[in-house]
Amino acid sequence: MTTTAPAPAASAPIVHEKALVRSWKTPIILGVFALVALLMAFVFPNSGETTFTLSTTVDAIQLAPLVVPTQITVIVVAVLLVLAALGAVAFVRFGPGRAPLWISVVFAVLFLFAFLTWVAADKNIPVPGMLVGTLALSVPLIFGALGGVISERGGVVNIAIEGQLLFGAFSAAIIGSITGQPVIALIAAMVGAMLVSFVLAAFSIKYLVDQVIVGVVLNVLVVGLTSFFYSKVLTSDPSLNSPVKFPIWPIPGLSEIPILGPVLFRQTVIVYIMYIAVFLVWFGLFKTRWGLRLRAVGEHPQAADTVGINVNRTRFWNVALAGAVVGIGGAYYTLDVVGQFGKEMTNGAGFIALAAVIFGRWDPIRATLAGLLFGFATNLQSVLGIIGSPVPSDFMLMLPYVVTIFAVAGLVGVSRAPAADGTPYIKS
Amino acid sequence: MKLELRGITKRFGALVANDHIDLTVEPGEIHCLLGENGAGKSTLMNVLYGLYQADEGEILLDDEVQHFAGPGDAMKSGIGMVHQHFMLVPVFTVAENVMLGHEQTRGPGVLDLAAARARVREISDRFGFDVDPDAIVEELPVGVQQRVEIIKALSRDAQVLVFDEPTAVLTPQETDELMAIMRQLKEAGTAIVFITHKLREVREVADRITVIRLGKVVGEASPQATNTELASMMVGRAVELTISKAPADPGADAFVVSELSVVDPRDQYVVKDVSFTVRAGEILAIAGVQGNGQTELTEAILGLQPRTSGSITLDGVELVGKSVRRVLDAGVGFVPEDRQEDGLVAEFTIAENLMLDRSVGEPFVKVGTLQLRELADFAQEKLEEFDIRAQGIDTHAGRLSGGNQQKVVLARELSRELRLFVASQPTRGLDVGSIEFVHTRIVQARDAGIPVIVVSTELDEVVALADRIAVMYRGGIVGIVPGDTPRDVLGLMMAGETTGAAA
Repeated sequence: MTTTAPAPAASAPIVHEKALVRSWKTPIILGVFALVALLMAFVFPNSGETTFTLSTTVDAIQLAPLVVPTQITVIVVAVLLVLAALGAVAFVRFGPGRAPLWISVVFAVLFLFAFLTWVAADKNIPVPGMLVGTLALSVPLIFGALGGVISERGGVVNIAIEGQLLFGAFSAAIIGSITGQPVIALIAAMVGAMLVSFVLAAFSIKYLVDQVIVGVVLNVLVVGLTSFFYSKVLTSDPSLNSPVKFPIWPIPGLSEIPILGPVLFRQTVIVYIMYIAVFLVWFGLFKTRWGLRLRAVGEHPQAADTVGINVNRTRFWNVALAGAVVGIGGAYYTLDVVGQFGKEMTNGAGFIALAAVIFGRWDPIRATLAGLLFGFATNLQSVLGIIGSPVPSDFMLMLPYVVTIFAVAGLVGVSRAPAADGTPYIKS
Repeated sequence: MKLELRGITKRFGALVANDHIDLTVEPGEIHCLLGENGAGKSTLMNVLYGLYQADEGEILLDDEVQHFAGPGDAMKSGIGMVHQHFMLVPVFTVAENVMLGHEQTRGPGVLDLAAARARVREISDRFGFDVDPDAIVEELPVGVQQRVEIIKALSRDAQVLVFDEPTAVLTPQETDELMAIMRQLKEAGTAIVFITHKLREVREVADRITVIRLGKVVGEASPQATNTELASMMVGRAVELTISKAPADPGADAFVVSELSVVDPRDQYVVKDVSFTVRAGEILAIAGVQGNGQTELTEAILGLQPRTSGSITLDGVELVGKSVRRVLDAGVGFVPEDRQEDGLVAEFTIAENLMLDRSVGEPFVKVGTLQLRELADFAQEKLEEFDIRAQGIDTHAGRLSGGNQQKVVLARELSRELRLFVASQPTRGLDVGSIEFVHTRIVQARDAGIPVIVVSTELDEVVALADRIAVMYRGGIVGIVPGDTPRDVLGLMMAGETTGAAA
């Protein structure tokens, strides 16, 4: 057999036949929410008018508020929601077996509209305020999620985001108070969070300690350290906890766009850094040498090693970089939105950011959108608290976490983490 | 480039994996490194590639001594390696895999994907590879993935190419194509080291043959040597290459699979509408290239696959939907394909491993308590019966050699009352002596009137054992043919060709 037979095996990619799987998850969830909408419309109806304010007094272009009759609107939207749920049923029963994502998205927006209309009967929903609040709560989540994406793409699970955020906030507060320079404080936040990263990297990469355990321990350590210094030093000497905040820099032109302009472009430099960071991380991961090597190290470290990439060094420095990115999110607390350090002020944002990483399937853009969603849910709870909703406030406090659980467990389904995520690379 | 290894010695603790090995490979020459599994071939090549540091000896390229601190250095010096387990990132495209580690960039670190694509196309065209630079590697057939590995080495201008057991995952046709590629590379002046334990391939392409046994060079052989000569050099004694078995005396249809389908977590069919029967006292071999649904099929028989539809009956009893416990109780013996992962608990002793599937009820458990005495007697008996070479029954399974580990698995599975025996890749990675033993045992099970299914990707094994052969391709059965079907017909079937394979 010295002659070569013509290749019978095609070199084309193998396309596996897909099994028709009818997933009833989406129709059931939509059905339950449609039922809730029907309850709002018919069983517990609220009458009156609901006002949605669209402009603040300082806006250049004033939009008239949107006023809708409460009961009629809720009824109409509830009927639409029932139709959408039935549509999802039809997709599963007669169509491709799975309800498309857009149905869920349209459903969610409509449901939200109905719910707000119902809750705020004879009251006022400040739409710009809600969006500003959403962004404010999302910024640390997004920086946290970006740091998570960088680290996990390289194969190191970053549970320590919470600790990095908190230590970043703490470092920024102290250094900002001492120097009076917000820029130096921001750098301090990055360095501080990077120090947390160094510990994570050293233990998990060099000493092969379980990454999840190191991360959890680091979170506890940072909470302990910062709380100690807060009560022993910062409370007795408040001059150490009064950093100079970043000023708001409205971007000319862009900040005059109705509704969105003030939300997105009347912000501090940290928020503008975030826009750039999201783009840079995405571009870097998928278009540059840095990203290619980082992903290779997280997917198949041995393959990376055999082409001469130093796996553990790559991992180490990218975990450090991830820490620096998260640190900016920490600085946002003390140099922008709050203005001073408070005990355990991050309040679990790091864990929500971790959920955003998974919900966003380790993709920087999707993780950002997930961060915005979680930020919105958190903010919704406080807005409803202020305008006074008929739903008990304890339930509202659960809202962001319920949304997180639903999003991660319900909508993601099977998502594929980087293959070597969480496994140390041991050279034999 | 001329490659020379002088007195390479590599120790792992007390074990000497390479003992003063000398090897010279001239440009334009295919030099075969022949040896059994565990003889130290891969260790030697990992030393050459900079993955291991040699304890003694030196590596010379064109008579210059080299010092490789890592694979990066070896590659820079012109050594390329096609690994047995491909070193490709499955979720990357071909171009990304090829450029990884020596990326061409524009501006500040921005990848020049166009240049990488062009490079892949150029090499691909030069050797007639037909590889799409934008295909995702994990979606490519294994044979094509291997070409990506070759392109990867060539794109770095490799002058010395090492092929580490390259044919283990290929169909016979793909193997022939690979041989042609190797000859083409040789014509182009590349020095090639070809590591294998398959005698047929060695005799086909080798210019020179070096045989290694237990970490030492035992001599050179000529490509004209017979299989028996090569085998006895490799093993160190005369070996039977074909096992003697009487013709099958099949009874009634005992095991019937009909329209079996298995869906994986990504909603894809991995087994689709598979139907076959096995009669009592016959061996049905399931042939096919790795990853065509054989693993999932055997797991479905055992009840390990949750999304299974269709029917599997053993002596008229339906097995689909039953728990693994019930399937075992129905008399199914199972040798999993990965003995270290699924067959044994490495940290358990031989005795404990021997009772793994009998932890419910007597004789080894009474009122929730282990009957250690009974277990010890049983284990001692099996140790002798299956010729398990170990210090005693309390030796940890993880410390045994591959052959002895497999004997422990066989001893456990064959010492129950069986009504069906399924052996998946029963001799993968074993030495010749153990292979003989395992094959004999399988034939004995058949002769005892048990229906036997052997899943193997090694055509030699299939041909040696089978009374009938079912060939699997992409989740389906291409055809079921008699055991004496010629190899080239089987080879075509393994590539999915149904024509001419009428059974």
